[in-house]
Amino acid sequence: MKKENNKMSLFSTFFKIGMFTFGGGYAMISFMQKEVVDNKKWISEEDMSDMIVISESTPGPISVNVATFVGYKVAGVLGSFAATLGLIVPSFLKIVLLAQVLDKLQGNEIFQNAFFGIRAAVIALILKTFLNMLKNAPKNGFSITIMISTFIAALLFGIDAIYLIICAALFGILHSYIFLRKEKK
Amino acid sequence: MEILNLFLSFLKIGTFTFGGGHAMLPLITEEVSSQNWMTMEELINFIAISESSPGPFAINIATFVGLRMAGVLGALMSTIGVILTSFVVILFVARGFEKFKENKLVKACMTGLKPAVVALIGTAVVTTASAVFFAESAVIDVIKTIEFYKALIVFIISLVLALKKVHPIKIIIMSAILGILMGLV
Repeated sequence: MKKENNKMSLFSTFFKIGMFTFGGGYAMISFMQKEVVDNKKWISEEDMSDMIVISESTPGPISVNVATFVGYKVAGVLGSFAATLGLIVPSFLKIVLLAQVLDKLQGNEIFQNAFFGIRAAVIALILKTFLNMLKNAPKNGFSITIMISTFIAALLFGIDAIYLIICAALFGILHSYIFLRKEKK
Repeated sequence: MEILNLFLSFLKIGTFTFGGGHAMLPLITEEVSSQNWMTMEELINFIAISESSPGPFAINIATFVGLRMAGVLGALMSTIGVILTSFVVILFVARGFEKFKENKLVKACMTGLKPAVVALIGTAVVTTASAVFFAESAVIDVIKTIEFYKALIVFIISLVLALKKVHPIKIIIMSAILGILMGLV
């Protein structure tokens, strides 16, 4: 009986998180922390901060990662399902409704002018994410080399992001291996 | 076939995105243009809509593209595709949480991945900017148009506000109003 309640509670909590957090990713973290760590006490604060680090090194959106993880800790695999489903349902319904409104507004001149402005603002928002990440990135020779070569390969040679990500991971392994060997000597 | 195609595309996007949010943009942009899902202009509009409405970006964009290309079933399959890898990986990680945290191979991968992701977001800035500023024609011609300067003004104001940590939603609303006002001039 208690487990059933857990799953309902997981669903409703992550439904709330999906419903009220904007922008996704890092913007979601503080809200999730409040709900999952402070209110529900499902996982410890330490688990949460570890989870953020792990999310960076596993594929997919951070919020989905956290939902799956918390769900599993509380109620096993079914708990993961309940939490993840709760997270995506509000978003899903919203887009289904929104898509219809958008199609109707497409020909409207005011709408088009508004989005002309908005598109320019979006560049600024992405640029800000980039600058933040650049600030937090490690500044050693290896890291900078990877950064510059990825940038050039993507932009000038049009190489797919997937290949660049795989290459970067392999170089990371190669570099760490050589580095560790040197340290041992 | 379209539905299977959507599922596989979003599976690819979900699998090779680390960190979520804007980190997803380079992969989305590539798929959007190679699969002809929508124009670059529509994509940038959608990024703004996603930032100013609740829910994770990954879920929003998967639902929207899926819906557009193949109805509600398409939306469902795209959404499942984008979260599947994340879900499965975290289930495994949750079982061996401590081990994963200390895993040397994962750490080694990350030393290469992190800077590559930063660089890829940098390329997203460039592709979005060129789509917004040079949508109509080549560089030289565009600089003569009034549209270019309008976009530039909104971009600069937005960037200043973004760097002052003004909330993205406020910036998007402001840019929409500026867009409408400039449309009247």
